Amino acid sequence: MLKIDNLHARVDDKEILKGLTLTVNAGEVHAIMGPNGSGKSTLGHALAGRPGYEVTAGSVSFLGRDLLDMDTEERAHLGVFLAFQYPVEIPGVSNMEFLKAAVDATRESRGLEALDTVSFMKLAREASKAVNLDASFLKRGVNEGFSGGEKKRNELLQMMLLEPQLCIMDETDSGLDIDALQVVAGGVNAMRSAERSFVLITHYQRLLNFIEPDFVHVLSGGRIVRSGDKSLALELEEKGYGWIADSAAPGEVA
Amino acid sequence: MSDFISGLLVERDGPAWLEARREAGLARWRAAEKPTRRTEAWKYTSLQLLERDFNAATPAAIPEDGLPQFGGARLVFVDGFLQGAIDDIALPPGVGLVRFVDADPGQAARIADHIGTAVASDKHLFANLNDATLADGLFLDVAAGAQLDEPLHIVHVTTDREPAFSVSQRLLVVLGDNAEASVIEHFSGESTAAFTSGITELLLGAGARMQHCRLHLEQGGAMHIGGVHALLQRDSLLDSFHLALGSDLKRIDVTVEFAGPGAHCDLNGIYLLRGSEHVDYHTCIEHAVPHCTTDEVFRGVIGDEARGVFNGRIHIHPDAQKTRAELSNRNLLTSAGAEINTKPELEIYADDVQCAHGATVAQLDEGVLYYLRTRGVGREEAEVMLSYGFINELIEALVHEPLRDFLHPLLAQRLSRDPLLTRHLA
Repeated sequence: MLKIDNLHARVDDKEILKGLTLTVNAGEVHAIMGPNGSGKSTLGHALAGRPGYEVTAGSVSFLGRDLLDMDTEERAHLGVFLAFQYPVEIPGVSNMEFLKAAVDATRESRGLEALDTVSFMKLAREASKAVNLDASFLKRGVNEGFSGGEKKRNELLQMMLLEPQLCIMDETDSGLDIDALQVVAGGVNAMRSAERSFVLITHYQRLLNFIEPDFVHVLSGGRIVRSGDKSLALELEEKGYGWIADSAAPGEVA
Repeated sequence: MSDFISGLLVERDGPAWLEARREAGLARWRAAEKPTRRTEAWKYTSLQLLERDFNAATPAAIPEDGLPQFGGARLVFVDGFLQGAIDDIALPPGVGLVRFVDADPGQAARIADHIGTAVASDKHLFANLNDATLADGLFLDVAAGAQLDEPLHIVHVTTDREPAFSVSQRLLVVLGDNAEASVIEHFSGESTAAFTSGITELLLGAGARMQHCRLHLEQGGAMHIGGVHALLQRDSLLDSFHLALGSDLKRIDVTVEFAGPGAHCDLNGIYLLRGSEHVDYHTCIEHAVPHCTTDEVFRGVIGDEARGVFNGRIHIHPDAQKTRAELSNRNLLTSAGAEINTKPELEIYADDVQCAHGATVAQLDEGVLYYLRTRGVGREEAEVMLSYGFINELIEALVHEPLRDFLHPLLAQRLSRDPLLTRHLA
């Protein structure tokens, strides 16, 4: 589904990704862990198409298409979803207006008819219930005045409504208490299917107790320096990241 | 431009006191120095468009009724002429409403006592022009303790007629002690080339409360130079909301003078400009007495090659201790050719006050646009949504629901002519 080959990307003239290679097949859950500044979030934004994130070498194909050649919204239409580490507040635009615009645009791109308001509101209320967000949040400005946990649950709500093929979740677990973490994990697990893949970017092994990954990768210095199964996450939790940096060849890790 | 008034001065029927007022206004207008671009208060607003011949307005046909109803009584003036009769309007006890030309001697005396007391004719040249060309006016007189709960909706339509013509409007509102009233002033006309001079005076007695709204929805070649001038007695409360869609020329002066302690003013405004339109808001709050508070927020969205001007002055006099006053002016420029000249001015001569002011000029936030686009919303629609959200916060704060319902789609459509880009708003 997603094939990243030797990806180099820079932000503000600083090279962050330095030859990242990763393949994600349909239905798989990949966890990407790594120390601060290793390029985890940059990977998410490079895939989502953030302006200013310049890919200088390498390729990314998604569902057989050249992802890097597409606008941000086109990537979304094709099924790429990035749950933000820091979701943006949009005062004056209600969550409902925002969600309807997103769902309509996505459905339209897939050749589906727009949902009428009543059916959409029903869907939105169901989704907000599933992420344990009171329906009153649908009427408020997008993320406006939401707590950290409420913003993350609102990201999950959007993901449920947009039904993407590839869900990239950028530290969705950080800042969540255990109850909120379980809500998010429950939502993700409910969405897992043979056609949908997940890339979970996280600092903490804790999330992986609730969402069992098929693969765990360590990102360091802009490259994936180690891959394994879920036991790698436990090893990282125990030993930290130092031993991986130590074991990597000199010059390979920034 | 000193002569452009000549075409407007025609013989009118009407009471002698009104004629006297016109003559006095004309004398002041003629004697006053006319502003040039070197005049600070007119630095960014050219009056060149007034260098032409205007005629006095003549009665026009009633336009098709596409005007909104806000739940209360509604008066419609077309090119300055009232349609229908005031007598047909039911008003609560203690609430008087009369045209200047119909005022009985008692009412005329009350008008004479109050008119011109909130607007400083030496500072507002165009109030003199308004006086000099005044054919009629409206007097809303609310007795002490009386209440006008449903908003009185006063519509001024200007039509699309040649040759160019001018309309003068005057509204005088006097609220007795502890009286309450709600008024919506609504100027409209989509393709008019009329010049309107609209002056409103709001006199609030002790403990009086007023909801006031002034909508400048005239578009195209419309020109309006006018103002709202309020005088607030002890413990009174004024909530005044302003909205201007751009047109060839709009200059609105809003002044609020606190004349007694404990009074409060909420002053909010929005301006939306595109094309080569021009809107200039000058606001001035005079804190002349202690223990009064002001919250003022103006926001503008300016696109294309349009030019906006905002000058917000708050003047705290030496005796005005314990004043709290906040002024915020935020602007969103949606194109490289758009321009805003903003100048918040705080002048503080008292030492025990809390004051804050700020002005910002920004473009659409790329980070927020990116967020919307990652959800599949196209860039153009995302831009419209952001612009809308920027002003919608002030619309949402309006108390009167039918007014909010009227403004939401109007503003969305103003931000984009493409209905596909506004379909998720309002």
